[in-house]
Amino acid sequence: MSEQYQVSVSPHITSPESIPRIMWTVNITLIPAGIASVYFFGIPALFVIISSLAGAALSEYLWQIVFKKPSTISDGSAVLTGLLLAYNIPPGVPLWLPFVGSAFSIIIAKMIFGGLGCNVFNPALVGRAFLLASWPQLMTTWWKASMNPLALDGVTTATPLGILKEEGWGKLIEAFGTKAALYSSLWWGNRAGSLGETCTVLLLLGGIYLIFRGYINWQLPLSYIATVGIFAWVFGPNGAFTGDPVFHIMAGGLIIGAFYMATDMVTIPLTLPGRIIFGVGAGIITILIRLKGGYPEGVCYSILLMNAVTPYIDRKLKPKKYGFAETKR
Amino acid sequence: MRLTFRGGIHPPMFKEKTCEKSIKVFPLPQKAVIPLIQHTGAPCEPIVKVGDDVKTGQMIGKSDSFVSAPVHATITGKVSAVASMPHPTLGEAMAVVIEKADTEEVAWQSQKADWHKMERTEITGKVRDAGIVGMGGAAFPTHVKLSPPAGKKFDTLIINGAECEPYLTADQRLMVEEAPVILEGAMILLKASGASRCIIAIEDNKPDAISAIRDAISKNSEFKAEVAVLKAKYPQGAEKQLIKVLLNREVPSGGLPVDTGALVQNVGTCLAVYEAVCFGKPFIERVMTVAGTPVKEPGNFKVRIGTPLADLVSAVGLNEKAEKMIMGGPMMGIALYTPDVPMIKGTTGLILLNASEARVYEPRNCIRCGFCIEACPMKLVPSHLGQYAKKGKYKEAKDELSLMDCIECGCCAYECPSKIPLVHWVKLAKYKARNSK
Repeated sequence: MSEQYQVSVSPHITSPESIPRIMWTVNITLIPAGIASVYFFGIPALFVIISSLAGAALSEYLWQIVFKKPSTISDGSAVLTGLLLAYNIPPGVPLWLPFVGSAFSIIIAKMIFGGLGCNVFNPALVGRAFLLASWPQLMTTWWKASMNPLALDGVTTATPLGILKEEGWGKLIEAFGTKAALYSSLWWGNRAGSLGETCTVLLLLGGIYLIFRGYINWQLPLSYIATVGIFAWVFGPNGAFTGDPVFHIMAGGLIIGAFYMATDMVTIPLTLPGRIIFGVGAGIITILIRLKGGYPEGVCYSILLMNAVTPYIDRKLKPKKYGFAETKR
Repeated sequence: MRLTFRGGIHPPMFKEKTCEKSIKVFPLPQKAVIPLIQHTGAPCEPIVKVGDDVKTGQMIGKSDSFVSAPVHATITGKVSAVASMPHPTLGEAMAVVIEKADTEEVAWQSQKADWHKMERTEITGKVRDAGIVGMGGAAFPTHVKLSPPAGKKFDTLIINGAECEPYLTADQRLMVEEAPVILEGAMILLKASGASRCIIAIEDNKPDAISAIRDAISKNSEFKAEVAVLKAKYPQGAEKQLIKVLLNREVPSGGLPVDTGALVQNVGTCLAVYEAVCFGKPFIERVMTVAGTPVKEPGNFKVRIGTPLADLVSAVGLNEKAEKMIMGGPMMGIALYTPDVPMIKGTTGLILLNASEARVYEPRNCIRCGFCIEACPMKLVPSHLGQYAKKGKYKEAKDELSLMDCIECGCCAYECPSKIPLVHWVKLAKYKARNSK
């Protein structure tokens, strides 16, 4: 027989899912929030995104050339890191800043560990933490939402969480007029904040789609958000149970963090119970920083700290194997 | 609420092309190649030599070992060779080659014996003499399964009509067309095993089989079997998962199903047992599915053991080049490098894949997505098994990660978005762990 047949170990069929498919799907779900950011903050937002994407893709590409590894930028994970970093910084930064930040994310937080799958910490958040530590002034200069997509500049102002930390609830409500107006701004996104974190509704839609696709366990964002909400309510400003969970859930980067950063498969526990613990832990740290810490927002550090605990969670929480239960007859 | 187990996957089933095709008797091969090992256990020694004339059903090889099953001539003719021949799963093995004669003579009776009058040991002896092995694919000698070690006994007989692999529909058609006979085989097995309860498990994607079996049970006044309809999921037909779903008992790690009191037998095995016990007919033929996108006329065929797969491929015809030939199902079957091998006792199907279906991907790093853990029916951590194997830590994988409990179902590798060949790593690790000091 001169026919040649392919021989390999079973299974001979595989799921249509693949890394590129997952990464690019997540990228696509982030596009609406990106479009919203341009609407709120103008053209500079677009350039920040482009600069961050360029930094991420270029640094991964060049690293792989230098170290003679196959190029992986087509799998979409560098693009995802670039997008998430851009969404986590203020819109008015000089354009070299997101480039440097995303290059740092890719090189220091990903490629040095061995590339995709080998990193311990969420690369985009490592980049953000690096930028905040290195250029605190630039990284905390926020813009008002101008709602003019063609704007080339912005008016500096404080974020809702910033006002809360510095001036308290009274001033916060005053800044927006009424509590309802505050909630509305938080929901629709016309508030100061990081580029991609402001538009709660679009981020939620993207996150819920990813849950339906099976890429995210819904229990993880739920445990993170619920923990923040409950603790915010319990440890209220005027005594126990007087807190505002709705505000804390929608403010800052919690929604983008819970659906897009805390769900980064590489840096979170393997099992579902482990992931729920991750969410609760991150929630506690977030609210601790917000209420008691020096920074107004704690999402970035809470996730990074829980990333550090993840290997321990995985060692302790293994799945219950078949065949080790008491045999019932 | 359908019964199901933790884990598992839902691959596309591809059964539509053959699930309604009734079983066709495949023409006898001109040359039958009958390997002396087609089962799990010790190989047989030939008891015929070149030049001997043999009848269909005549024993041509046996072993003195307990864990073994004799082999029989599957066609009438002359022995033309007793030599090492290509074997579908072992590469090469000793086999008896028979050239077909013009007329057929069978070596079993046509008068039906009354099995009710037989003792358990007599029944088990007939099962052994007929060379019956598990027909679900693993080919474990049935008489060994029916003889539990001292101190252990069966309370439940589970008839496995799940057939969870994609493409395969042989068991489904058997249930639709031969339900009363399968039932009688089950009754014989019930007696031989000493169990008191019988459950027939069928997946819910086979409504015709379910009603055929239920119908046959209602018409049978002697037999009180229960029909369990299970959620169609792969690998629902895996023995350990069946026992867990139906009886809520887990086979202990390192143990056997008999430790839970359950005996699981495939529906095809029931049929073979019926024929062996009632007529003395040995295991010489079986039903298998030939299917796949490149196949012109897929179907279910009753084929004599030893028929070359090449005969099957030319009979069904191809409408495009077959890139991969799989003996068994696509999840656990064995890829063949040539069709010049015979089909054997454990051959449940022959599946052909075209070039795009057989595409192999370059594996990437594990991204710790956890899909493999969710899918694993044994609740192991396949990604760790793969990484340990890759680093040569075979003993650690065996001791710490329960490597040997892996049933090699392929759910993990199916789900892996990085396309890591996890089953390949597990098989390598198992081999190395077993063969190292």
